[in-house]
Amino acid sequence: MTEHSGAGPSMRERMTTVSHWWNAQSRAAQWGYMVPVVVFLLALPVLNPPIITTEPYTDFPISLFNAAVFALIAIGLNVVIGQAGLLDLGYVGFFAIGAYTAALLSSPDSELGVRYPWLVIVPIAMVVTMISGVILGTPTLRLRGDYLAIVTLGFGEIVRLLADNVDPLRGNRGFQNIARPGGDFPDGTPIFSQTDALGFYWLAVIIIVIVLLFMGNLERSRVGRAWIAVREDEDAAELSGVPTYRFKIWAFAIGAAVGGLSGTLFAAQVGYVNNQRFDITTSTLYLAAVVLGGQGNKVGVIVGAFLVSYIPDRFQFEPTYRFLIFGVALIILMIFRPQGLLGMRQHLLAYGREAYQKLFGAGAAVAPSGLTASSRARGDLAEAEPDDHAGTSPRGGGE
Amino acid sequence: MHAEPWINFDVGLFFDRFWANTINGLAYGSIYALVALGYTLVYGVLQLINFAHSEIFVLGVFGTYLTFLALGFEPGALPNLPLPAIILDLVLAGLVAMAVSGLAAVGLERVAYRPLRRRNAPRLAFLITAIGASFAIQQVIRIWRGSNPEGTIRLVPPSPVFTIFGATVTNLQIVIILASLAMFVVADQFVNRSRLGRGIRAVAQDPATATLMGVNRERVIMITFLVGGLLAGAAGLFYLMTIPQGAVYNGGFLLGIKAFTAAVLGGIGNLRGALLGGLILGIVENYGQSLFGGDWRDVVAFVLLVLVLMFRPTGILGESLARSRA
Amino acid sequence: MIRRRLAAAGALVAAVALVLSGCANQGGGQAQGGGQAAGAPSQPSDAALPAGNGQGRCAPGTSIGYAGTIAGQNAALGIAIVNAAQLAVDQHNQANPNCQVTLVRADTGGTPDTAVGPTTALINNPAVLGIVGLPFSGESRAVGPALNAAGLVNITPSATNPGLTQNGWTNFFRGLGNDAVQGPAVGRYIQQRLNAQKVCVIKDDSDYGIGLAQQVTQTLGPAASCQADVKTNQREFSAIVGQVQQQAPQAIFYAGYYQEAAPLIQQLRDAGVQTTFIGPDGVKDEQYVVNAAGSADGSLLSCPCVPQEGFTDFSNAYRQAFGVAPQTYSAESYDVTTILLRGLDSGIADRAGLLNFVRTYNGQGLTKRFQWSPTGELTATPVWMYRVQGNQIVTDTQIG
Repeated sequence: MTEHSGAGPSMRERMTTVSHWWNAQSRAAQWGYMVPVVVFLLALPVLNPPIITTEPYTDFPISLFNAAVFALIAIGLNVVIGQAGLLDLGYVGFFAIGAYTAALLSSPDSELGVRYPWLVIVPIAMVVTMISGVILGTPTLRLRGDYLAIVTLGFGEIVRLLADNVDPLRGNRGFQNIARPGGDFPDGTPIFSQTDALGFYWLAVIIIVIVLLFMGNLERSRVGRAWIAVREDEDAAELSGVPTYRFKIWAFAIGAAVGGLSGTLFAAQVGYVNNQRFDITTSTLYLAAVVLGGQGNKVGVIVGAFLVSYIPDRFQFEPTYRFLIFGVALIILMIFRPQGLLGMRQHLLAYGREAYQKLFGAGAAVAPSGLTASSRARGDLAEAEPDDHAGTSPRGGGE
Repeated sequence: MHAEPWINFDVGLFFDRFWANTINGLAYGSIYALVALGYTLVYGVLQLINFAHSEIFVLGVFGTYLTFLALGFEPGALPNLPLPAIILDLVLAGLVAMAVSGLAAVGLERVAYRPLRRRNAPRLAFLITAIGASFAIQQVIRIWRGSNPEGTIRLVPPSPVFTIFGATVTNLQIVIILASLAMFVVADQFVNRSRLGRGIRAVAQDPATATLMGVNRERVIMITFLVGGLLAGAAGLFYLMTIPQGAVYNGGFLLGIKAFTAAVLGGIGNLRGALLGGLILGIVENYGQSLFGGDWRDVVAFVLLVLVLMFRPTGILGESLARSRA
Repeated sequence: MIRRRLAAAGALVAAVALVLSGCANQGGGQAQGGGQAAGAPSQPSDAALPAGNGQGRCAPGTSIGYAGTIAGQNAALGIAIVNAAQLAVDQHNQANPNCQVTLVRADTGGTPDTAVGPTTALINNPAVLGIVGLPFSGESRAVGPALNAAGLVNITPSATNPGLTQNGWTNFFRGLGNDAVQGPAVGRYIQQRLNAQKVCVIKDDSDYGIGLAQQVTQTLGPAASCQADVKTNQREFSAIVGQVQQQAPQAIFYAGYYQEAAPLIQQLRDAGVQTTFIGPDGVKDEQYVVNAAGSADGSLLSCPCVPQEGFTDFSNAYRQAFGVAPQTYSAESYDVTTILLRGLDSGIADRAGLLNFVRTYNGQGLTKRFQWSPTGELTATPVWMYRVQGNQIVTDTQIG
């Protein structure tokens, strides 16, 4: 890991220390530390802290719910980008398929004429999106790098345009009265409603925790190791006997399923789905969430997703400028944290923690950089430090 | 109710309009191609999808429009000027547009990308910065000029010059196709023949070695952005000539996506691929509209892209900027 | 002549620098002709105006909300609405020292998902007693149930989907005629007055365009023999022009907004298609005339609103306040804001009271007479046909 001028070294070192301390803790201890964090997050909309709140300009629980859905999407996309290293610019397509599945299966506007409860819809939507992930992945995952990116971008647009053009999908007219989970608070008001997003927010946070547990286990499995191998060097992985193509499809399918899940959550809370909001811009914002937070780091992408969703909401009081502020914030954040806010160093070894403990004992502050994956993505831009003196040779920019 | 099918298959219209669609597609595709060249150049050198390039193009459109205003033209009626004066004005507007876009592209590189390069940021960080820059530029234009399209200023209305297989070709189409081709040739010769062009290719091929061999990498990158910006500015002029209502803050989004699609279609990083991709995309989406209906245009474009990449995973021409002939 | 141009070119560098540095800070719609027929009344004599009688009394902090797009998609339409609402509130506050009303703006972004948060914030703001908005049918559908549950009166100045009033919402009122009023009237006009036996119905992909095209097509029956679709933000229409050339219809109806209609009509006329072009209220905007640059001449524009000559005072005040001419739905927004302000002036201090006030309201506005049926539709919705003539939108005739 090369250090560069411009970043405060002491800050960087402190972050490194913290991250190594964290990595050296046992998994149970890590989860133990996480409990109060999760409790705090659950309490956040009730606490409604003064500076953080988006009120009175936009409802704070709803804002948090939207951020939570964004986080769930980012976790799903992180499997594809952060774990398997596949650049997917059409992830919104899966989100849309999830939302539309919920709409078709529960809205009275749907031509299917069925009204399934939300809990029935969720697994169906996840299976449908998973299948669509495999359908998209089978022909396209043989493509490499940015060609994959543009094909997925095309896929995302095709999904949106189909929702627009195919009459039974109702285009801009959309589907009303999509099913919500049931249940009432003791005072008789429904737990899950459009305006009181508390219930939905809690549900979203719980789903995120479950998905995180699942993803954590997946990462430590053979599948997770295969993904990292694909990400770091696909050819080497293939030569070492990893069936890269199959694992890439797995990454796509699992990522898609999480996208579909978040789509159903979104559709249920709004209660209405039409063809707006499934455009390329939204897709790029998902990508921004993952990269901003630090691809490959599950906690990082949650933070990134929170920011991407929250910043425009927080500046709702100045609607004219809020997207300008957002754009500038993206640039500045990337310049100051190019690796993402909580980024980089992922364990290359599935049992990295045990290795640390064996080598340095619990709580060791220093880990050899050889045990962490290089943050350098495949095909990184700068192989060498830019040499400012290079052009001063008499022959200038020639050969 | 008279039920309308949501997708047509109108072979009759397709054949009736075949040549007209081809001509229109070539003209509109030339604009795609000019913008696509910018994507492809930057990609070739930096492996960066410059998402903000569509905004560089929009700045070119506005550069053209504001020049028209500054020259004293008013929205609405056609100006009553002799042809040489109009040509002069158009050339002037084009030069201003190229300057605006070129400078904006270089400025973008300075402000947004260079700091990242200094920090050895991972590739995706550049992509996110590009998205942020795209948001920022778009919003600045919106706040400054409002969200309505600018009032139409048109210097030359299209008028038929000759017909080919029953399809009329207009003066605007001839000018745009020829001028775009000329610009492409200049750009192509610049990259393939000039010293700076060699530098571009050297950096595209192997930045480290190129630097060691005395190529000033930073300068090459700046030139690359500049050339891409100049071409986008010219595209801005041609676009505004074709679509006089085009000067609006979000007017570059769809065209940018299409141009990027065209660049990949032809083989990203490849100048000739960008030209070919732009023209093919322009023509095929017109065919698709006649065949399936107007709302299938974009679907046809993206399906074409997916199909081409299935069979030629690196685009039609496929070779990279670095490996193109010296 | 050429020399003059060259001189202009010489001044250009400085001019461009000025323009680029932001000095030319005019909005998009400068240079529209604002002239009105001489002698026309400046507004209907009995129209309710925001100023009222100046005797309004209300509690400090009393607010009405605007929920709609400000910076999001289709921002132009939302800004035309919020500006007019702001103008009404400002005029009201100036005339009524004892009733200072605040307009709370909530940017819904124009899409259903982003509308929920800001609208809920308005619902949860006890000072907000009524809402102007939401501009679009999609977002109205999404947040309608919540607004209804909150009993917060909600008058839309622009959402025209007929289905919106069939949800059983008791708080929803529409400040203009819906597609089911305008569509059949236009259809009959095309058939009977224009005598067109072959009509091309072109629609955009918005809820508005789809719904209106459906109504017109239904009325026209077999005469609507050719259909075409455009996408929002599409600017290049050569394929549709080709289709129209091949079909050679006697009339073209475009169901959509002016942003797409202007380049469409220009490209049709450029290609030599001289067929009569009819557009709805979404096209009836000075921006259409300006952006079509001459090609719009002769276009027929229908609108469920009374003639513009009726309210030059409003148009001038709007122009003075915002530097641009009022646009489609600005006047409707001004009218419905006025109705809410009338209610507040009368001393109403709660949502139920304001809702009841609107429900039983009966009065003349700038655009039409406002009285609502129990479902929230206007009881009388005149539909007028307008015509573009010499770069002006002039009144043609009442058609429904």
